[in-house]
Amino acid sequence: MAEKYELKTKEVWDGNTAASHALRQAQVDVVAAYPITPSTPIVQNYSSYLADGYVDGEFVMVESEHSAMSACVGASAAGGRVATATSSQGYALMVEVLYQASGMRLPIVMTVVNRALASPLNIHGDHGDLYLGRDAGWIHLIANNPQEAYDMTLCAFKIAEDEDVRLPVTTNQDGFLVSHTAQIVEPLDDETAYKFVGDYKQKNPMLDFDHPVTYGAQTEEEWHFEHKARQHKALMDSPKVIEKVFAEFKELTGREYKLVESHNMEDAEVAIVAMGSNYETAKIAADEARKAGIKAGVVCPRSFRPFPIKEMAETLKNVKAIAALDRNCPMGTIGALHNEVAGAINAFGQNAIITGYIYGLGGRDTTVAHNLEVFKDLAMNAEAGKRVTPLQKFINLRGPELSFFKVGE
Amino acid sequence: MQLYVRWHSRAGQGAVTGAKALAEVMSQQGKYVQAYSVYGAEKRGAPMMAFDKISDEPINDHSKGINPDYILVIDPSLVFNPEILNDTHENTKFIVTTHMSKEELLAMPQAAHLKGKNLFVVDAIKISQEDIGRAMPNTPILAAFIKISEVVSPESFLDTMKVILSKFPQKIIDGNIKAMTRAMEEVK
Repeated sequence: MAEKYELKTKEVWDGNTAASHALRQAQVDVVAAYPITPSTPIVQNYSSYLADGYVDGEFVMVESEHSAMSACVGASAAGGRVATATSSQGYALMVEVLYQASGMRLPIVMTVVNRALASPLNIHGDHGDLYLGRDAGWIHLIANNPQEAYDMTLCAFKIAEDEDVRLPVTTNQDGFLVSHTAQIVEPLDDETAYKFVGDYKQKNPMLDFDHPVTYGAQTEEEWHFEHKARQHKALMDSPKVIEKVFAEFKELTGREYKLVESHNMEDAEVAIVAMGSNYETAKIAADEARKAGIKAGVVCPRSFRPFPIKEMAETLKNVKAIAALDRNCPMGTIGALHNEVAGAINAFGQNAIITGYIYGLGGRDTTVAHNLEVFKDLAMNAEAGKRVTPLQKFINLRGPELSFFKVGE
Repeated sequence: MQLYVRWHSRAGQGAVTGAKALAEVMSQQGKYVQAYSVYGAEKRGAPMMAFDKISDEPINDHSKGINPDYILVIDPSLVFNPEILNDTHENTKFIVTTHMSKEELLAMPQAAHLKGKNLFVVDAIKISQEDIGRAMPNTPILAAFIKISEVVSPESFLDTMKVILSKFPQKIIDGNIKAMTRAMEEVK
């Protein structure tokens, strides 16, 4: 039996510490990982907890991230609760196996600390890795501060392992800006946290020799489509379970999470949509914009996949102008978040003016003042009743001004 | 109340630990905190900065830049880098580690940028060498900051530090307490 870890009601933890304690409290059976900056401390802390007797489980040291995720797939198919952590290049090396895990419906939890992808090499935060896993069939939850990194990781197990979901889940936090920034975190005690997550319920475990099963079979034209469609349906249906888990979490902690988070949206005329720590920075900018007479709000999808299409459209139904902020270089289009939001509002017959902004690549600082500039652009678009600013702009990029699709072009 | 502190250090001198300790001390006082650092490549000995944001309200700003109310310089050679003045304001207080007196330091041409500044000196390197047994100037500088800023009483500061240091052997804890007490007396 694992030792109880004494925690204060208020800890000062960075996002990595928060995520590693959530993994410890979930009493994971197998963690297989290959540490990489900036998520290294998650793996390092976890192996310390194990060595010090705070975890009953196995820690598998592997020779690469491809092997880490492969070991996770094996352990999960065998019938255990399984988790890992990674970032950036490690995530990239896992991608092939991410699709295997979701296709086999294995409820693995991966705590991702988001970091830029090389080349050029960069250890700092952007959403390149999150976007790389976008279509991999995993649920992707977003945490904007260390408290949320803790909360989302506990919720991730409960969502992944729900009988109606059985899909792998990532929790995402910004490299350094969340992972290495210590803030106040209010953890649950070990017993309460474990009780919330619950005992692991096996489904078709390979180690049940009386009921042999096949994982990772080959299906060609006759069945592949049906399998993938069913997997997609599981993701499309998962918001019900995500909301149920969030409701139970609120009951327990008082902390409320929604599929779409928002700030000042009740009467907002312009809105920034962003994921990650800049959602919080933009909230301050929205408050300041209101002092300058701009009715500003901020919106964040709590899950990037499944994308909360209807809730996003509903939250934005009364705004005149929207800016979607992508912390990723889209390399040939406007931006994944921009396109998701544009698709969502279009689907429900809304016609707000929408523009895209690229920001924060490789850890580039994004301030309240930068977000305020975006609100000023939005106010111009709202005032004109049509788009008068470029379709795509770049925040805090040095050099001559870069933008695409200026009005009239 | 909002208070911003920037630490100038070399990687390996404990600025990150110091900044996190200050965050812990202030959280015990009911404040909201953020402690973080800015690295280039992570090389031991390379100049780096760590930051504390302390506030009565929850801290939502995740941008890195601050206008520091206090600059803590924990490596004696970094005192001579004019960049320690970046983003400071007229009331910013500078607490620096040096073996020199304030007058001797200010007489050096390389320290001209500190003339007219609100400057405090303490020999955190010597104190840590003598009382802790190695050059680990982070806790003495933190103690000097507590003394100058009066954000918390010396007694409750030391009580919190005892808890933070509790994972270390008793000898290290005692050495740190002695070093911090001395830094609070000797900072000028």
